Amino acid sequence: MVELSVLQQKFGSELVESTFRENRRIDVPAAKLFEMLSCLKSEHGFNTLIDLTAVDLLEYEGATDRFTVVYILLDIFGGERLIVRTAVNLPDPTLPSVYSLWRSCDWLEREVYDMFGIVFDGHPDLRRLLMPEEFVAFPLRKDYPLKGRGERHNFPVITRSGS
Amino acid sequence: MAVGLPENVFLTKLDAAASWARSNSMWPMPFATACCGIELMATAASRHDLARFGAEVMRFSPRQCDLLIVAGRVVMKMLPVLQRIWLQMPEPKWCISMGACACSGGVFDTYAVVQGVDRFIPVDMYVPGCPPRPEQLIAAVMDMQAKVRRTGTFGGTEFAARDTPMGPEPFEADERYRIQDANLVQLGGFSAAMTPAGMKRGAGNHG
Repeated sequence: MVELSVLQQKFGSELVESTFRENRRIDVPAAKLFEMLSCLKSEHGFNTLIDLTAVDLLEYEGATDRFTVVYILLDIFGGERLIVRTAVNLPDPTLPSVYSLWRSCDWLEREVYDMFGIVFDGHPDLRRLLMPEEFVAFPLRKDYPLKGRGERHNFPVITRSGS
Repeated sequence: MAVGLPENVFLTKLDAAASWARSNSMWPMPFATACCGIELMATAASRHDLARFGAEVMRFSPRQCDLLIVAGRVVMKMLPVLQRIWLQMPEPKWCISMGACACSGGVFDTYAVVQGVDRFIPVDMYVPGCPPRPEQLIAAVMDMQAKVRRTGTFGGTEFAARDTPMGPEPFEADERYRIQDANLVQLGGFSAAMTPAGMKRGAGNHG
């Protein structure tokens, strides 16, 4: 098991550990994120990225940052799981891509970019994954209206005589 | 008979003969995107047997079809595909909008889902239900046949008269106001959306 103190020695005392339903979570500042993830991979055996997602904390009680990006890691051989979280903020929500560590982050980072507009520096192909390419908004942001800004109805109308 | 026709010959109008033939050999193009598609398959399968109405030949090329069955929700990314398929179908062609989602968006009133395909392509028959039972789809096919026999012409001239869109306007007044509101909130930015006034506007968005 990765000791928090070991990580804190390397990456500073800003790391915070918490537990929820037996899931260990470590919060890390965005500046130390890539360093720490590559250390977790190379020295602590976390060889799999299970999931990468984000949370928009707009209007969330007690939240100080706008987005939280969540990395869920798994050590296949040791069976250990670890959740690493980091915070990013507008107007420039940018994080380093972990494509060089785990290839499985490819579509996950694209989806987070598509839905939240968080840019992953160094991703080889950061296009939208789900929404059409000409779509401009980021629909999972909490300030985006549920019914959209009219994108769903912005199409030509075909009449029977015209088809 | 005065004319002296043989027993196996009868006289009719060309329009009626063409419509009779067309109505009994409708080849559906299944545009099945959701659970309605499962009911569509059940309709074509042995228990309900759409073949009794001459409509069992599901073709997966629009070039060989004359009845588009839109079964399931259509999202904004899929709508250009649907329109293209409709345009690729040769004349004469008809369209059945099957299920609540295809007719009106159903419960999916979100940014991504088109609120009824009749806003963007012409629809001849609507089938309510979520999803409709195969019997309902069969009823729609039978009604479709009746409609073709009733209105069909050999040259398809009845289609030329249908030059207005059938569905609601893509941007109804309600939708316009909502978009305006949403843009206001966006222009005001993050902080304006958080003020009580912004919240009130935001609350209106979901009304």
